Amino acid sequence: MSTPSRARSEAIRVSGLTKTFSTVAAVDGISFLVPHGSTTALLGGNGAGKTTTISMLLGLIKPTAGTIEVLGVDMRRARHKALARMNFESPYVDLPKRLTVRENLRVYGRLYGVKDVASRIDELAGELALTEFLDRPSGTLSAGQKTRVGLAKAFINTPELLLLDEPTASLDPDTADWVRQHFSNYKERSGATILLASHNMTEVERLADNVIMMNKGRIVDEGAPRELIARYGRANMEEVFIDIARNRRKPSREEEGAAVDELLSHGPRAVSEEVRS
Amino acid sequence: MSDLERLNTGSTAFSPGRIGAMIQRYLYLIRSSWPRMVSMFYWPTLQILIWGFIQTFLIQHSSFFAQAVGVLIGAVLLWDVMFRGQLGFSLSFFEEIWSRNMGHLLVSPLRISEFILALMVMSTLRTLIAVIPAAIIAYLMFEFSILSLGIMLAAFLFSLLMFGWAVGLVVSGLALRYGQSAEELAWALLFLLAPIAAVYYPVAILPGWVEPIAYAFPLAHVFEGLRAIMIDGQVRLDFLAWSFALNALYIGLGVAVFLYFFEQARERGMLLQLGE
Repeated sequence: MSTPSRARSEAIRVSGLTKTFSTVAAVDGISFLVPHGSTTALLGGNGAGKTTTISMLLGLIKPTAGTIEVLGVDMRRARHKALARMNFESPYVDLPKRLTVRENLRVYGRLYGVKDVASRIDELAGELALTEFLDRPSGTLSAGQKTRVGLAKAFINTPELLLLDEPTASLDPDTADWVRQHFSNYKERSGATILLASHNMTEVERLADNVIMMNKGRIVDEGAPRELIARYGRANMEEVFIDIARNRRKPSREEEGAAVDELLSHGPRAVSEEVRS
Repeated sequence: MSDLERLNTGSTAFSPGRIGAMIQRYLYLIRSSWPRMVSMFYWPTLQILIWGFIQTFLIQHSSFFAQAVGVLIGAVLLWDVMFRGQLGFSLSFFEEIWSRNMGHLLVSPLRISEFILALMVMSTLRTLIAVIPAAIIAYLMFEFSILSLGIMLAAFLFSLLMFGWAVGLVVSGLALRYGQSAEELAWALLFLLAPIAAVYYPVAILPGWVEPIAYAFPLAHVFEGLRAIMIDGQVRLDFLAWSFALNALYIGLGVAVFLYFFEQARERGMLLQLGE
């Protein structure tokens, strides 16, 4: 498996990460790097291990083996040092419903140590069009409005690293498009790093610089969306996804080169046998 | 990202600001629901009325109670301090599970120690909201002033709150590991100790072999101390000292149990699913 260039420093460095529940390996010895300022997508079907991986990065799940370094911090030893500089959004985790949007953001602003919370809330309310419902209980909002509030919570500390778990799941295409645009703008403006778990191919094609394809807890392929589409000879990422899910994986140019080198090292007879087979 | 923006993100050291944020969050929650507010003092007030009338009846028919006015109401009030203290801790914790907010909290810079301290402060505030109206009713209707316990009152209250926190830590730990099904324990666990807590009767009434068990918990020491003041007019510092020493032990055990279950929940990947 090729790894992203080490010339750029990494926001996330994962090595040999494994999580076993009883006898089932939800994540099976994966290693990857996420360069600073990039958007990387963890792509895979249900049960591929994406959410488990993100949860381990956040410290919500204890790895069985392997190491995780986030923003230069060893997450096993000092995860609080990194947590203040990152944030997380998932439609599967709620904000307290009885609190108003402003109250929720105020609490999280204080938890993240934001200096002038009131100004930051006003700023985010302007950016994310929250002003009209800032003083309404979070539980009374529509799915789209809740997503915007979730984003405001995720941006409250101007994070250097954003971890997103299926951020546009259950949103209509218009709202989903708006949300994706906002991620792009934020990344462009702040230079933040984004790691995104998704099985929405449109999202991945549009946002990701690099895609890590997962299947049954393992990384089965990796590369830029265009590169993967070209290598698989497909029209889009959805078709690439189906190829990989059905075990029709295509080796990368480097892997093909390595395989030829390996074959040649065994002599001309091995090559002719391989060609015949 | 500019240096200024980087400074904007909070300190990673222990932070009173984060404890304040959590307290603010729970106060918002209480303020947002009047039934929640009423339920906090509804039961203690009802309890004090029932036990106040029982005590009035007993005073009229028993010379012992006539000489020890307030011993029952005092015991009821103090038991409620501990019960409300424990509930205040556990229910504040359960609020995070009910609202499926735990995932956000645990990936914020909030430390477990700050979370626990915020729960302790909320337990104290909720207990005061619950018990102060009951204490006022006890004074107005049954001529019992809890302030008659003098300086020892604060010591008893603190000791009982500490034990409430210890039980709250265990209940919250169980909720981390077993989810909302552990909620029943928040209401029931403390009553397991009620028979040996010597709330309404002296420890000497218990069978001989139970007495050491009763004294292994801080409760018996507090309630014996209460009776020593109200019946004999004696301040027994030995009871108080024992109750604090035992509380230190139980709080330590409570923290250990909570952390054990927290790690278990992390191990089993249950933290994101809490509340589902």
